[in-house]
Amino acid sequence: MNAVAPLDVARIREDFPILRRHVRGKPLIYLDSGATSQKPLAVLDAEREFYLTCNAAVHRGAHALAEEATDAYESARARIAAFVGAHAHEIVFTRNATEAINLLAYAFSNSTDKARNAASLPDGAERFVLRPGDEIVVTEMEHHANLVPWQEVCAKTGATLRWIGLTDEGRLDLSDLSVITERTKVVSFVHQSNILGTINPVATIAAAARAVGALVILDACQSVPHMPVDVADLDVDAIMWSGHKMLGPNGIGCLWAKESVLAAMPPFISGGSMIETVTMESSTYAPPPQRFEAGTPMTAQAIGLAAAADYLTALGMDRVHHHEEMLTVAMLDGLGSIDGVKIIGPGVGQRGSAVSFVVDGVHPHDVGHILDSRGVAVRVGHHCAWPTVRRMGVPATTRATPYIYNDLEDIDALVEGVIAARDFYWGSR
Amino acid sequence: MSDDPLHQEIILDHYRNPRGRGLRAPFEVQVHHVNPTCGDEIDLRVHLTKDADGRVVVSDVSYDGQGCSISQASASVLAEQIVGLSLGDALMVQQGFSELMQSRGTLTPDEDLLGDGIAFAGVSKYPARVKCALLAWMAWRDAVSQAVDSVVEGKTSE
Ligand SMILES: Cc1ncc(COP(=O)(O)O)c(C=O)c1O
Repeated sequence: MNAVAPLDVARIREDFPILRRHVRGKPLIYLDSGATSQKPLAVLDAEREFYLTCNAAVHRGAHALAEEATDAYESARARIAAFVGAHAHEIVFTRNATEAINLLAYAFSNSTDKARNAASLPDGAERFVLRPGDEIVVTEMEHHANLVPWQEVCAKTGATLRWIGLTDEGRLDLSDLSVITERTKVVSFVHQSNILGTINPVATIAAAARAVGALVILDACQSVPHMPVDVADLDVDAIMWSGHKMLGPNGIGCLWAKESVLAAMPPFISGGSMIETVTMESSTYAPPPQRFEAGTPMTAQAIGLAAAADYLTALGMDRVHHHEEMLTVAMLDGLGSIDGVKIIGPGVGQRGSAVSFVVDGVHPHDVGHILDSRGVAVRVGHHCAWPTVRRMGVPATTRATPYIYNDLEDIDALVEGVIAARDFYWGSR
Repeated sequence: MSDDPLHQEIILDHYRNPRGRGLRAPFEVQVHHVNPTCGDEIDLRVHLTKDADGRVVVSDVSYDGQGCSISQASASVLAEQIVGLSLGDALMVQQGFSELMQSRGTLTPDEDLLGDGIAFAGVSKYPARVKCALLAWMAWRDAVSQAVDSVVEGKTSE
């Protein structure tokens, strides 16, 4: 029995005028929310309202508008923090999730550099200092955003990158957890894979990482928008996600990290707004989160993102998750029963709504193109997870990622479009 | 693909029956190009020779790769159009094809110059696919500019 009330998709769609559009002469069916979500009027209105009524530079100046703008910005931080069960002072705003991961990665390489030069570091920064022989562990299903920055850290510090491999079904090979050893200084992995849809067992991996004292980082880009996430339940040290994938504006991402972790990290980008005192010789830095928000911040985007969090909270994240589970079952069923179609990723259970597939003998680009000609927007390619598609033995995939504004009819249109693409290319073969 | 059914047929035909596919010797230069947004890949070899009049001639273009119908068919068209031409003429074809692909559907293609390449006119309306159509042509352009030196110096891999 499931007592979760279903979402009223027709009502929700009214908040997204873009979904009334036609593309290529057909009604738009948007199934690419894993790349970026559409934005409801409430988010656009919140940004506009800020510019119309209280636009000013935050944390600078003492005039009335500056105070109002600062209040609006800090209230946005508090609402976004509440959305993931965090304290406001543990949330750092970044440009996107990629920048948030880099912020953490640079905490390692900057601490290592500064330690070499005997420069001053915050208390506790020792855990961010890497030496040859130290290891960083990721998985074989990471988005490039959670892989390339760690490769860079290794190149700079002499640390070694290791990874947890995958099973043929597209789950983490947990018999492989022996890669987490006393040498491991950080374990960074994805919550829901953006390409396979797999939801990873956070507790199991976090426990292995904790046992060796490694920092635990979770890429929550594809989980925070789609399911209830509470940092207190996760038992990890840091998570990050992008606003634009959860109905929010472009140009804002969030890093959550434990207060003690943030406090031990040296700055990433430096300049105005992140300092405590400055002399010609040197500076001292503000406590977190300001230490990590150099320069004039993206105020309207933070306010828009808070409106998005409010919108999702009003719907209820358990209902959002339940809705997506229903669509996922329909996709796995509908696509999986097409002759010639293979799902790339696990079946139902411990998986989210990102569904990747290949059509025998038809390149994903061609599948995407036929779908596009029918108004169905999906993503094709390697989805910024090139090693993952390589591991799964395919050159690329077609991926459908639904959200709150999609219903079963959209899934039907997807399935029909895939059949049409297959028939077109199979032709008289 | 293309909106024009005739053009669609041409592209599908090259996709299903690629001309000149497979890597061959002799050649001077082999290049590997990828389309980083979608992962399409091509390995392409060129063989240039000098004819009796001292003109540089494209004696062979051979290739292997994986990718969508557009990228694969356009490699086939490239091989069909360019092999046997003088390098000067071949470069004209390459330039004509690039211009067509960058035209966003505004150019009427020249069949005498491009042969089956005209079938890609409609593809130029889809910016996301233009890179697919140009993959082999960019690879060829790259290979040729490296190969010219070695053909002048007479270095060829057998
Ligand atoms: C799992 C995952 N991690 C990281 C990212 C990077 O997000 P962004 O490009 O917004 O920085 C994405 C999305 O592109 C993603 O799906």
